[in-house]
Amino acid sequence: MKDCVVVINEENTPELTPDRIITQTRILKDEGFRFVTMSSTDLGDRICVLYHLDKDLQLINLKVEVPKGTKIPSICSVYASAVLIENEIKEHFGVEFDGLSLDFQGMLYLDEEVQKTPFCKIGINRV
Amino acid sequence: MARTVIPFGPQHPVLPEPLHLTLTVEDEIVKEAIPKLGYVHRGLEKLAEIRDHTQMIQIVERVCGICSTLHAMCYCQGIEALMNVEVPPRAKFLRVIWAEMHRMHSHLLWLGLFADAFGFESLFMQFWRIRERIMDLQEATSGNRVIVSVNCVGGVKRDIDAEMEKWILDTMKIVEREVLQLKSTIMDDFTVKRRTVGIGVLSKEKAYEMGAAGPTLRASGIAQDMRQTGYAAYSELNFEPVVETDGDCYARTVCRFNEVFQAIDLIREAFAKLPQSELAVKAKGLPNGEVVSRVEQPRGECLYYLKGTGSKYLDRVRIRTPTFANIPPLLEMLPGCDLADVPVLILTIDPCISCTER
Repeated sequence: MKDCVVVINEENTPELTPDRIITQTRILKDEGFRFVTMSSTDLGDRICVLYHLDKDLQLINLKVEVPKGTKIPSICSVYASAVLIENEIKEHFGVEFDGLSLDFQGMLYLDEEVQKTPFCKIGINRV
Repeated sequence: MARTVIPFGPQHPVLPEPLHLTLTVEDEIVKEAIPKLGYVHRGLEKLAEIRDHTQMIQIVERVCGICSTLHAMCYCQGIEALMNVEVPPRAKFLRVIWAEMHRMHSHLLWLGLFADAFGFESLFMQFWRIRERIMDLQEATSGNRVIVSVNCVGGVKRDIDAEMEKWILDTMKIVEREVLQLKSTIMDDFTVKRRTVGIGVLSKEKAYEMGAAGPTLRASGIAQDMRQTGYAAYSELNFEPVVETDGDCYARTVCRFNEVFQAIDLIREAFAKLPQSELAVKAKGLPNGEVVSRVEQPRGECLYYLKGTGSKYLDRVRIRTPTFANIPPLLEMLPGCDLADVPVLILTIDPCISCTER
């Protein structure tokens, strides 16, 4: 099935623990899935990170939820093209990614003068 | 020779938009390219928290002027899925017609800018002269040359009557003839080929692996286009993606050039099959849930992630534009090319920094 619209629910979007994300994306890459992008949402004291992948226009999503400021593994070693969006989420939401192939040190979009993560509902201090 | 670091952009004579790259060169050969974004970042996604979900249509239309109607279409498509709204058939076909007009004017704009990038100013003027015909159609049908604000949740806000349909179809004939007259120049001219053939090659495997989108992906031999999913009325139209195989600057140019003719065919077919129905249905309730919506913009696949919590404000609007997807492939293509080819190579991904820094 080819998807232009996918409504996300618990059945089609499994929640993974952060330590499983590299293994799971590697399995999907070996199956021929392409990295599309990632999305993140502020849930209050937690951040939700969604990974969007597709194959033959069929979209699948993986979900990781972590407390704000938590470090999660970078998938750059699996999908090199994830480097920009991981840096973006780091800057805008304060999620630290362990193993970024290119770390912009919080300055892909922002400058040093920006003290808080601007896309959180209540910003946290930028590292 | 020692390595030299050259800041490229954000203001550059060739670039229509402010992309910034830090280039490391050795003997005028690029060894490394590092991007820097943020020059025009506006934080439009954040506005979802203080503008209700219907006001957000006007905001997403301003993410990028060139793709305005497609941003709105992608957004509305997602909201309609969350609110279980079925768009009337006529509205689906009208969305296709405006979307393809957008694709034509975007590609004609790009073909002109590309010609200008390697110094072919008369070709630039010819493409932009033709583009004005499409801009006139957009102004007449929507009231605006660039921001074509026709989408609403549940359908479209405007109709195209029989008189306007005739004018559009007559204009398509003229545009088709005039663009065809430029075919030999853009495809066979010695100087054009000298600047594009074999330059910035992106292999099929790398294009897929690096997540390329749109003509950048299809020019490397991958027949992937979101219109294949059949959104709006594409499922009822004859559609096959335009594909090239060489993966170089020339292939990306040919791909976009041929997509202009494909857009003309789609507009003709959409008018031939245009059904009679209401233009929009009223959406009841408030968006609740999470959805991912995708459409094919002129530059490639655009993705919207929307999250509603049953209030009139959305919890999250996330926009992944095609240029954002095409920056990693661009960084893959740049090392090894001549410094003089960098502007031409960058332009072949049709960069839209306004989109990227939404």
